[in-house]
Amino acid sequence: MLKKEGEVRIPAGCAISGIIDRKGNRFSGSDVIQSIALMHDRSNGLGGGFAAYGIYPEFKDWYALHVFYSSVDVKNKTEEYLNANFSIEMSGRIPTRKVASIKDAPIIWRYFAKPEPGKLISSEKTEDDYVADAVIAINSTFPGAYVFSSGKNMGAFKAVGYPEDVGEYYKLDEYDGYLWTAHGRFPTNTPGWWGGAHPFTILDWSVVHNGEISSYDANRRYIEMFGYDCSLQTDTEVITYLFDYLVRKKGLPLKTAANVIAAPMWEEIAEMPEKERKYYTALRQVYSSALVNGPFSIILGYTGGLMALNDRLKLRALVAAECGDKLYLASEESAIRVVCPNPENMYSVEGGVPIIATVDGEV
Amino acid sequence: MRYFTSEFLIERNKDRCINCGACARQCANEAHYIDPDTGEVKSDETKCVDCQRCVCLCPTNALAIVKNPNQTRENANWSQQAIREVEMQALTGGILLSGMGNPKPYPVYWDKILLNASQVTNPSIDPLREPMETKTYLGAKPTQLEFDENGNITTEMPPMVELDTPLMMSAMSFGSISLNAQKSLAMAAKECNTFFNTGEGGLHKELYPYADHAIVQVASGRFGVSKEYLNKGKIIEIKIGQGAKPGIGGHLPGEKVNGEVSRTRMIPEHSDAISPAPHHDIYSIEDLRQLIFSLKEVTRYKKPVAVKIAAVHNIAAIASGAVRAGADIIVIDGFRGGSGSTPTRLRDNVGIPIELALAAVDQRLRDESIRQNCSIVIAGSVRNSADVVKAIALGADACYIGTSALIALGCNMCRTCMTGKCNWGICTQNPELTKRLNPEEKYKKVVNLLHAWNHEIQEMMGGMGINAIESLRGNRLMLRGIGLSEKELEILGIKHAGE
Repeated sequence: MLKKEGEVRIPAGCAISGIIDRKGNRFSGSDVIQSIALMHDRSNGLGGGFAAYGIYPEFKDWYALHVFYSSVDVKNKTEEYLNANFSIEMSGRIPTRKVASIKDAPIIWRYFAKPEPGKLISSEKTEDDYVADAVIAINSTFPGAYVFSSGKNMGAFKAVGYPEDVGEYYKLDEYDGYLWTAHGRFPTNTPGWWGGAHPFTILDWSVVHNGEISSYDANRRYIEMFGYDCSLQTDTEVITYLFDYLVRKKGLPLKTAANVIAAPMWEEIAEMPEKERKYYTALRQVYSSALVNGPFSIILGYTGGLMALNDRLKLRALVAAECGDKLYLASEESAIRVVCPNPENMYSVEGGVPIIATVDGEV
Repeated sequence: MRYFTSEFLIERNKDRCINCGACARQCANEAHYIDPDTGEVKSDETKCVDCQRCVCLCPTNALAIVKNPNQTRENANWSQQAIREVEMQALTGGILLSGMGNPKPYPVYWDKILLNASQVTNPSIDPLREPMETKTYLGAKPTQLEFDENGNITTEMPPMVELDTPLMMSAMSFGSISLNAQKSLAMAAKECNTFFNTGEGGLHKELYPYADHAIVQVASGRFGVSKEYLNKGKIIEIKIGQGAKPGIGGHLPGEKVNGEVSRTRMIPEHSDAISPAPHHDIYSIEDLRQLIFSLKEVTRYKKPVAVKIAAVHNIAAIASGAVRAGADIIVIDGFRGGSGSTPTRLRDNVGIPIELALAAVDQRLRDESIRQNCSIVIAGSVRNSADVVKAIALGADACYIGTSALIALGCNMCRTCMTGKCNWGICTQNPELTKRLNPEEKYKKVVNLLHAWNHEIQEMMGGMGINAIESLRGNRLMLRGIGLSEKELEILGIKHAGE
């Protein structure tokens, strides 16, 4: 019998796409769906998904938990836990429309929740840590329940299927966000499990990723020292946790975190002026196990911005283009031109050099 | 009367032999001699140790050393060796001594582990085209860096040492090996930007130019230890135990303690240099902490302190204790590790394989979230670059090589180091023998070896799609077991081939 995601490590090739409006203007998911759809052949129908930011302005102070349940029974048990640990403002089924190619859907539920105040205080955790720990606890202790999105004013939407069908299924054309990322998956084994699709998220971090990293187990065994549990055994999961650890927990600036994950070569460091040389040497010495090796291109989404990053040898394609307030990213140039035929400038993202785009002002 | 026959026969091809006497001059064991009556070269095979020196130097290729076909009656339980050892002890009443590492057919886990390579989904990387980084820093690393408001790093970095290749030369003291042998290793370490290790023999003045590539050892006898010595080296290594003889100390017989050895060790000439079994100031883990910090104090916290322990049953807990006691580097020496002289029974029966010890220690330190607080260096039979790659993937930062480095200097592994009659000039203090080893020439062999292995490591890394050694470190998914039990796989933390 085929093992599902988390019981076995499944390498996957992919397509990724992302659009951000740097003024924070919100736009529907149609463009990003069109962009990822053009790269149909880069996925094989075994996983597609999206992350959208700014979609829940009316609930922007609540954590939006998106959950897959395999049965009503699991849902009841998990809700007991949720009710005990969270104040839930509103919950309900995530609206979907019938799409022929999307089959075997689990129960897909959404909760707008805040930590139960008494429990939060007695836990002595920050709100974010409380929620992140609860998400990890649900995913590892309630078989059949899987929290696949847990940020504020953002949401991930994913399924087994081609990404354009997944977008259609979740009615993403009806949501408006200032930042969209998309993923089409080409796993080399059949997962048949919705949780295995991308993006992968924790709190408001989302990662869409194309590549197969060769440092996986070195990264996993490092990050698991700090309380993370890489239950899905995917590259995307471990990369997301690395960023969460470095940026949220250890306070590294995002660009510095990128310089850890795609560190400059020693021979480049040797050529740098003394101050920089010391800086990069220290980063590589201290965070050597967070270096991500092998081919990857990723788009990391977070509240108010995104970062695109290629592995330091540039072993995966990733193209960027700017047009007005918008920045486009995609695995292929054509996937940008299909939604933005005449960008102001278009360039290939350099290996190991992060592109960071943020929204001016509050989102 | 002896009860046993010689182990080897010396075959001299009379058609080729020209009676030049080179073999007789070369053999310190006096297995060859010139018959004073006839002037003919003859042999006394009872003295032969099969070191191959005469065979290699015979100008007419007239010699071969072969196994003596004269054997006791075959017995699967009582091997020839087992019988011989009883006879030896009946003859001498002494403890059996041996040289080099455990030769018994215990499982070699390196040979039961296979490596991965990229195919299709992930490209392999060609080290001839792309950078392939093997640079390694040894020492404790802070768990995190702190930054000021301008993004500058404010964390004070603890001392670390840089290696261009994850290979270093094991501890071999001047005394156990010749100064020429040690100097060859020191020169190679300098050229390859790595380290040699003084062992418990002090640092001879002739090696001061290589002190930046020296690991200075502090062992239970404290031989050669002074403030100057500690400050000369780049790393200080406290030797608690050795894989070839866990639980006991060392003994350099007085006849090897000549003037130079005596000066370097700071002991009287011709006195036995006895390293006690325990350090007499370390009877528990908190005592180790005091010694570690005494050494850090005397070197102003500028040098990482390593603690070398033999791989024994409870190795994971001991290593964890040593890290918590302040060790910056943990050195684990497996039970196949070499020695110039060790009691045979201990060598062959005490300790555990390095592969299992390494896997257990690395996992334990991660379970306790303190893996970052130290580097792990392993020793105890690293025979080739594939062993190195497997060790790093299991979790090591670097490997010590001892026997391999000596083989590069000419050792043929006759395993009679304890006799002090090493015909290759390595494991002896006899000036007639040590002058046979010219450091200026031999160090290049060690350099070649390190370069060759480093190239091979890069090739294997590239095949896996990895271009920095830190991405290999602890990357056990790159390993698969072959013919191993569930329990062995569990301890090694790897899957079986085909999984």
